[in-house]
Amino acid sequence: MPHTIAEKILAARSGLHEVDAGELVTAHPDRVMSHDNAGLVIRQFRAIGADRVFDPARIIIPLDHRVPAESERTAAAHKSIREFVRQQGISAFYDIREGICHQVMVEKGHVLPGELILGTDSHTTSYGCLAAASSGIGATEMAAVWATGELWLRVPETIRIEVRGRFRPGVAPKDLALHLIGKLTARGADYKSVEYYGPTIAEMPVSGRFTLCNMAMEMGAKFAIVPFDGRTREYLTERTEGDYTPVAADPDAGFAERYEIDVTDLVPQIAMPHRVDNVVPLPEAAGIKVDQVVIGSCTNGRIDDLEIAAGRLKGRSVSSSVRLLVIPGSRSVYLEAVRRGVLETLLEAGAVILNPGCGPCLGAHQGILAPGERCLATTNRNFKGRMGSTEAEVYLCSPAVAAEAALIGEIPERLG
Amino acid sequence: MEKKITGRVWVLGDDVDTDVIYPGKYLPILEPEEMARHALEGVAPDFPDRLRPGDIIVAGMGFGCGSSREQAATCLKTAGVAAVVAGSFARIFFRNAVNQGLPVVQADISGGLKDGDTITIDFDACRIEHSDGEARFPPLAESVRAIIEAGGLIPAVREKLGIKS
Repeated sequence: MPHTIAEKILAARSGLHEVDAGELVTAHPDRVMSHDNAGLVIRQFRAIGADRVFDPARIIIPLDHRVPAESERTAAAHKSIREFVRQQGISAFYDIREGICHQVMVEKGHVLPGELILGTDSHTTSYGCLAAASSGIGATEMAAVWATGELWLRVPETIRIEVRGRFRPGVAPKDLALHLIGKLTARGADYKSVEYYGPTIAEMPVSGRFTLCNMAMEMGAKFAIVPFDGRTREYLTERTEGDYTPVAADPDAGFAERYEIDVTDLVPQIAMPHRVDNVVPLPEAAGIKVDQVVIGSCTNGRIDDLEIAAGRLKGRSVSSSVRLLVIPGSRSVYLEAVRRGVLETLLEAGAVILNPGCGPCLGAHQGILAPGERCLATTNRNFKGRMGSTEAEVYLCSPAVAAEAALIGEIPERLG
Repeated sequence: MEKKITGRVWVLGDDVDTDVIYPGKYLPILEPEEMARHALEGVAPDFPDRLRPGDIIVAGMGFGCGSSREQAATCLKTAGVAAVVAGSFARIFFRNAVNQGLPVVQADISGGLKDGDTITIDFDACRIEHSDGEARFPPLAESVRAIIEAGGLIPAVREKLGIKS
């Protein structure tokens, strides 16, 4: 029978010849990732009473959510994680200096095509940018995976999205991601896998594919996968010597839904408070004053994102009424941004450069909002209270829109 | 797990997200009892005080969308919430609830109920009785129900691995 990528990967990781959407399988993930919440995973692992993790070589732990520790409680959790990885011989531990977990996973060669990867973070779907099937789970479930090396998964139905057309200048994969979420809604891909096809995807660098797969979580997706191609291979060649077997869907695979999108006329998009699927074209949000602008996160913290922002801010000044926070996604991105002069440009314009991490995106620290404040961010969620006060508002956009808004202190009508 | 429960309901809308159920600023908390003191704080600051053991949360579609934080399920379970009934659940929240031993029931009954109403959930018969009538819900997969009945994933895994208490 013909199968989707999700069906093929889950069959292989469950030791079965084939599986179909709707079946429950016991799967063995290739790799598992936890960040600061490894502190909670460790606690649950101890509650199980297991002694050793199933395979220390399959566990990756980058610290990123509250780095450096913003409180004594977090400091204690980080300390317990450092002790645990030493005891258990987990070598793929990245302490606070390295960057956002998903960026680190992809950069450091911990994601390979055709693999099944689970993480204690909802945006684990991002690894589909390298043709892996990856998804988020909770801390207790991860503790059970650490103890047993397996977990139950339902084989998801698959949505096929075909994208055609060339982006207008200033329009980015983030705008496509927001547009799709607005169209399919926050529940549109619940429990489903999404596969992306078409000439626009073929032309899109891995960075943009990352943004798409990352944001697919905001329509409920279990997996979001861009099939393997030359761009995937090229990205991996520089980062891993690991063997992998790419998995492709059969042409006549049973897709539950199909969508076709033409981006030729797509304009920049804004997700309005307090829902990620409350998406409008940029002109409809024009004129809304903002107090803080955040450029960064696992969604848009890569070198091309920072370069786009710097290109718009070069030789100009951030509005005196705006706090512009820029967060390179990883140490590697940070270093590259230093070398290319991107950070100098941003600093001259008046940006505050933060260390790689998640900080303000989830309201952990570094840019908490007061009641009545508005933030425009390149991050992934705008839920009520997400960045601090429940009486604050978060708007989501691309790096280009964020940079323009930082200059004029409000959401622009268009990009010049 | 009780086969049949009766409880007072709190009725919430669609897309109750994890930041509303358990705000990100509380994520460093490790003690479930302390987590419970912030359950649904994003709905209303005094919501944790309103919750009493045995209460049932009734919501619309997409309950628990957003983060993978299992504290969203743990805080409800520890606050004594007996079950969450929703039109649909976000997938990670659903798994987290099962893994915490918090019964999740897929039924869209939020339209006909108001805060303080009483409902009865019969897990064997897959039936909910409420003031407005009754509703049916699909049974959970046997393996999933077994985790809830064991009291959550930790006791279930301990049993599987043969770890004695």
